Amino acid sequence: MAKTGKMDVKGQPLLDALQAFFKTLLAEGRFSALLLPQHLPMKNAVMPTLVADPEKINGMDPFAPVFPINTAKMVSKLTRRPLDGRVAAVLRPCEIRAFIELVKLKQAGMEEVTLIGIDCLGAYSNVNYPRFAGNDGTQSTGRFLQTALSGGDTACEDFDLSSACKACEFPVSESADLALGFIGVDMEDHLILKAQTAKGEGLLKELNLPETEEPESRGRAVEELVNRRIEYRDRMFEETSRATADMQELSSYLANCVNCYNCRVACPVCYCKECVFVTDVFDHEPSQYLRWAKRKGIVKMPTDTVFYHLTRMAHMSTACIGCGQCSNACPNHVPVMELFRTVASFTQKAFDYQPGRSVDEEPPLSAFREGEFREITGGKD
Amino acid sequence: MSNFEPTIIAFVCNWCTYTAADLAGTSRLTYPPNVRLIRMMCTGMVDPKYVIKALLEGADAVLISGCHPGDCHYINGNLKARRRVKLLKEILPRFGFDEARVKLTWIGASEGVDFAKTVKEMVSEVRELGPNRLKEQMVL
Repeated sequence: MAKTGKMDVKGQPLLDALQAFFKTLLAEGRFSALLLPQHLPMKNAVMPTLVADPEKINGMDPFAPVFPINTAKMVSKLTRRPLDGRVAAVLRPCEIRAFIELVKLKQAGMEEVTLIGIDCLGAYSNVNYPRFAGNDGTQSTGRFLQTALSGGDTACEDFDLSSACKACEFPVSESADLALGFIGVDMEDHLILKAQTAKGEGLLKELNLPETEEPESRGRAVEELVNRRIEYRDRMFEETSRATADMQELSSYLANCVNCYNCRVACPVCYCKECVFVTDVFDHEPSQYLRWAKRKGIVKMPTDTVFYHLTRMAHMSTACIGCGQCSNACPNHVPVMELFRTVASFTQKAFDYQPGRSVDEEPPLSAFREGEFREITGGKD
Repeated sequence: MSNFEPTIIAFVCNWCTYTAADLAGTSRLTYPPNVRLIRMMCTGMVDPKYVIKALLEGADAVLISGCHPGDCHYINGNLKARRRVKLLKEILPRFGFDEARVKLTWIGASEGVDFAKTVKEMVSEVRELGPNRLKEQMVL
């Protein structure tokens, strides 16, 4: 039975309560530093920060509806070799799932990091967040939480939460060491901290918080939210499949792509250290382009756009955790998240694999067995 | 359509299927000349990219063929190939490629007859499917 602690809010502003809590994590040398999102002092932009000084977390705002990068990549930077210290990382569920994939790919380590997963109601894209928040940094977060939690409309003017978030069936971190929850909880009074691993339990014990039970209302609220998102997701899968049913349609779907490769730079699980598409392999001889042009009469420049996207699907689709950073990074508004998630839904099902669920489940393409998938070779072995 | 001659790109492993193809030749077996063999050291080194590229360039089908499980010269390269082909068979049909345009078979070094038969069957199957339209179409 998972232990659940109570983080009191009681009348004070939510962020003050959170700040006090995060300060206790840095106190008494529990952690050398905290990785958490803060409003930058120079501009109302929210970015992950690594904070060692408890006095420097005044701008923290983990619930701000913005998600500039998938922070799993930052946790990977901190943990891929020994850190000589302990870090607590405050992450969204999709960041934790991406981190778990990176651990399995040996590009991150679990030993020196404690994962604090927050409930996530979604985020606006990098372009739309400043339009939503304006200059009133943390206040806009309060406004957002109120609207989203009361089931209100998060759309404003001509934009809404990013589609990746609207299609995300994981608003709660199931693999975090400690899950910081507020959905279905009386936030005015307290938030809950649920220990989900031995590491989380140890920390909870150390913090000596009053024990509590997960309220029943939480289970219901989460289920309702998940159902709404699954409905959106399945509609998205259908629409995307229809829009890309053959190669001509896929080409028109990707027609605005300029091969900037931002989607794979932003992708937390695109794991190659050096992408083959920027190596000599694709540094074609000038005469090669001419040969291609002659063969079909016409070739689009830059070439290899569809080739790139199909190869990316072969590489990352089984690990795609659906964070939507690909779409967030696309300068030309190609709906890449929709495409990658749709394909991923098929490849993940084929290998019965759910990325980010557990470090013990091996990534489908790094394992193989005798006598499996015999249908591929017509039953022969 | 009746005079459509499919082009099949075949990635065959050095130790088994290539040797089988050689045996088919030395045994004077005949099989359709539609297949272009590319000798690899192992099917385990057939990157999914190679298959995707071949199809985007207009190949009508891709055959990957190596040693039977348990016979791989590198112990398990063919088992890796099987997962990769499984993956491709999930991805490519989403975009209108018939699954039958990608085929994985095990043909051992002594199975020249089997090699000729496999090629024959595959050519007639692909003839049924018709040409890969990407041969003439512009691919981005």
